[in-house]
Amino acid sequence: MKSYFFIILGMAVVTFIPRLLPFIFISKKEIHPTLKRFLNYIPYATLGALILPGVFNAIPNQPKAVWAGIVTAVFLSWWKGNIILSVLASVGISFLMIQYF
Amino acid sequence: MNKYYNGEVLSGFKDALPIAIGYIPIALAFGIISKANQISLWDCFLFSLFVFAGASQFMAVNLIAATVPAFQIILTTAVMNLRHFLMSASLADIIKSPRKKLIPLVAFGITDETFSVLATKNKELSFFYTLTVNTTAYFSWVLGSVAGYLLGSVLPEAIQSSMQIALYAMFIAILVPSMKKSKEVIFLALLSGGIHAFLNISHLIPEDWNLILSITLAALIGLMILPKEEGGVNP
Repeated sequence: MKSYFFIILGMAVVTFIPRLLPFIFISKKEIHPTLKRFLNYIPYATLGALILPGVFNAIPNQPKAVWAGIVTAVFLSWWKGNIILSVLASVGISFLMIQYF
Repeated sequence: MNKYYNGEVLSGFKDALPIAIGYIPIALAFGIISKANQISLWDCFLFSLFVFAGASQFMAVNLIAATVPAFQIILTTAVMNLRHFLMSASLADIIKSPRKKLIPLVAFGITDETFSVLATKNKELSFFYTLTVNTTAYFSWVLGSVAGYLLGSVLPEAIQSSMQIALYAMFIAILVPSMKKSKEVIFLALLSGGIHAFLNISHLIPEDWNLILSITLAALIGLMILPKEEGGVNP
């Protein structure tokens, strides 16, 4: 089989650089308040974009299982606020939907 | 002292479990698709070991199979993973700085999923906690890839399929409690998700840019529209 070492190496470098640089350049003391506010917004903007619209196609060709999984996760995290419980229940319900509906 | 480290490692492991559960079916699929595209076990292992970025690894295997030049694959990867720049910047401020030499170790493990768990703890994170979250995710990813390659579809199809909801369920479970506490979080998340959906449907720009542009735009619009007072999204 062909070796793809150089592709892997190149990909590793271009993936690692953006992960690393901010840790080197952002120092806690000198953050401008506006930049700080922008950085505080990033996690929630990221979560929104990671969920939408991808979630609707999470399990290809299984819209019922997907919706059941979403509703379960939303409901449990709203009500219980427990991440691992929400994940396991969501997977479990999706499984039941795929298997039996 | 020892007790402190154990506590940090244990809570890191617990917080990373949903990531590991979510990574396993994807990692297995990566191993399987690598094998199907005549990529050696060694290269499949190195992909997950050195790159540790799911979406770009799948993209790379597909493009390799389509005999796309290496340079283009690497460039696409660079664009896709530019978003980690924003994530590391957002984290740089909340991880207790360890010795300088150890920073690359933490930085290497920043993914969409580890970031989502780490950035929403709303407190300063210890080095050991952070490293445990990242390492747990990393091991499940690397081991899962190799297992998928060697064993093929070990999980029954219905289980493998249903596990694909896991990471989304985790993102939802991380986001919803924050939304409950803050209208600003609701605004940012829906805005960013809305922009992302629009970009996906409209094909306005090359697809690789959609995610980072959605996140950046939403945060910038947030800067302009949301009130300035301290702690708006972190009550």
